[in-house]
Amino acid sequence: MELNGAQIVIQSLKDEGVEYIFGYPGGAVLHLYDAIFQQDDVKHILVRHEQGATHAADGYARSTGKPGVVLVTSGPGATNAVTGIATAYMDSIPMVVISGQVPSSVIGSDAFQEVDMVGITRPCVKHNFLVSDVTKIAETIKKAFYVATTGRPGPVVIDIPKDITAPDVKVPYHYPKKVEMRSYQPATTGNKAQIKKAIELLLTAQRPVIYSGGGVVLGNGSQELIELAHLLGYPVTQTLMGLGAFPSTDKQFIGMLGMHGTYEANMTMHESDLILAIGARFDDRVTGKLDLFCPYAKIIHVDIDPASISKTVKVDVPIVGEVKLVIRQLFEGLKDAKYKIDKKAAETWWQQINQWRSIQCLEFDRQSIAIKPQYVIEQLYQVTRGDAFVTSDVGQHQMWAAQYYPFDKPRRWINSGGLGTMGFGLPAAIGVKLAHPNADVACVTGDASIQMCIQELSTALQYKTPIKIINLNNSYMGMVRQWQEFSYESRYSHSYMETIPDFVKLAEAYGHVGIRIDKPEDVRAALEQAFAMKDRTVFLDILTDRTENVYPMIETGKSHHDMKLRVAIGTTTDRELS
Amino acid sequence: MRHIIAILMENEAGALSRVAGLFSARGYNIESLTVAPTEDASLSRMTLVTRGSEDVIEQIIKQLNKLIDVVKLIDLEEVVHIERELMLVKIKTADKMRDELRSVVDIFRGKIIDVTPASYVIEMTGTSDKLDAFIATVDKNSIIEVVRSGATGISRGEKGLHL
Repeated sequence: MELNGAQIVIQSLKDEGVEYIFGYPGGAVLHLYDAIFQQDDVKHILVRHEQGATHAADGYARSTGKPGVVLVTSGPGATNAVTGIATAYMDSIPMVVISGQVPSSVIGSDAFQEVDMVGITRPCVKHNFLVSDVTKIAETIKKAFYVATTGRPGPVVIDIPKDITAPDVKVPYHYPKKVEMRSYQPATTGNKAQIKKAIELLLTAQRPVIYSGGGVVLGNGSQELIELAHLLGYPVTQTLMGLGAFPSTDKQFIGMLGMHGTYEANMTMHESDLILAIGARFDDRVTGKLDLFCPYAKIIHVDIDPASISKTVKVDVPIVGEVKLVIRQLFEGLKDAKYKIDKKAAETWWQQINQWRSIQCLEFDRQSIAIKPQYVIEQLYQVTRGDAFVTSDVGQHQMWAAQYYPFDKPRRWINSGGLGTMGFGLPAAIGVKLAHPNADVACVTGDASIQMCIQELSTALQYKTPIKIINLNNSYMGMVRQWQEFSYESRYSHSYMETIPDFVKLAEAYGHVGIRIDKPEDVRAALEQAFAMKDRTVFLDILTDRTENVYPMIETGKSHHDMKLRVAIGTTTDRELS
Repeated sequence: MRHIIAILMENEAGALSRVAGLFSARGYNIESLTVAPTEDASLSRMTLVTRGSEDVIEQIIKQLNKLIDVVKLIDLEEVVHIERELMLVKIKTADKMRDELRSVVDIFRGKIIDVTPASYVIEMTGTSDKLDAFIATVDKNSIIEVVRSGATGISRGEKGLHL
């Protein structure tokens, strides 16, 4: 079969099993768009801004485990995609981004819409390619998918000059079934000697804790983690990225850890004598001040990426491998071990943990006459029976969603953790809904974040992706305001928006349903109404308590046992609604 | 501590910038960097000299290994190895100094490879320390130009860095 470059790109994507491309046309990719036009197998989703394309592909990838695919033009199309690429990179999301480039003959001449995409994306991709020959397209695409989806996943950029996709140059097409790269061999099982050491530590620990992260979600290790945790009976805490891999409603779950983690999770970490870290990377939002991090603990660290191990925190037993396989190795080893867990120590440890739990650090004022954002998330959980896909933007609403929506399944909680990209939630929700048309998809957002990619409301209409936008509207950049309150004597520098649009009218202008809610007693009914409208995107503009803060909080430079808790519950009744 | 890291990488466009970019993005320092093709045209060999604590060097090696274009690498500090650097120095030579300079060059086993009535070009190889020592020996004011290749290195014995 002889095909031209553009046809080869599309045929390769088809042979790779790609369902959707998220993209936006432009000069350098016109040949490719012509090839897209002439087939129906790979569906193209036209976004309204290239950042939206990358986030939508990202949401698709996070919710399915399959790689997200993006197509953008050269120059501004490519640079607009960079934020989304970096977002995927920081959270290790498999993604293949094809960017058009100016024709080979003019590369380097500052041609119209020319930008060095390979150079610009180098620090925020797992790998990137510049295709220099039409005969290399298929192999390059195969390599890109292989690199993006194996080992520690990540985004891969393929930059294709316009002449390479020209319609008149046809070459034989063959899509390789397999690809091998001598310079890239991801790890699989863990080192047996290290596994043995880990098992010994796990069986002799007095105050153990399992600290699991996004790697368990990405590596499909959820079932294995549950079995291991149940075998051991140890407390489990999860990072923001790991939520759902271990069921939040399981009694061994002690909540999220880190800056806005629960009191019990952070205290358990601080007092523990053994941490089993799985697919987590000791991020600064998790560890707090490094010198004071878990002073009594030995650490076992399981990760697919050797560079994640002992990067910030020195560990005692490093195990490089796929989490799924390594957890299974640990499980088998524990079953066969000669001696058993110290039941008495475990009992004492759980008594201590339950005492920390009894503080009920997530309790909030339920008598408030202003709508408490926490209450909205609780209601969202109930209305969706805990089974929705929830995307979020970045800020206070993100933390409340993580704290008050107990996820029981992996890939249900979709948020930008590493890069913290505002504007992520709405396009991501569109990607999730395309992949799961029958599921409830909610985008928990705030009045500042939602405006960063609001144009994608138009995409949601065009492709009939009925999502529910839960806008926790406090007229502030809430998290910035909170930090300014705590650390800058309440000097609210530019964290207040005086000209917030009428989101109801805005939703309607985009062809959706908009509902404003300003009383706590109306929240439940509005949520039920929104989710009952199966075929409509609904924008719930919920005017919440404007000065509510996220608690608990570990402030910068503090450690896990030094948390700021909500002081007096039930005293904040100010209603500052405009 | 100073480490010499020898890297075999795919001989692809941009491979060098991936390494250089990694060092600048993560704040590691590069003392010197040399790169050239090997006997296998598909590979190039890079020698990188860096300094850092053991933890930093461990991260550098892990991060380098993570680059898709890096095929194999070795920290020469961990094995018995030979280090060599090439230096060319152009020196002003007043009449009465020429003999003395020649004997210094001999002591350092250098060669004079270009002569004019007023200058020598001296070629010298050795460890970076030796080249530093030579520079320290000659009168600073007489030096017109110094060019150094950066250190390269190879392990002793039968084993080597190859595929």
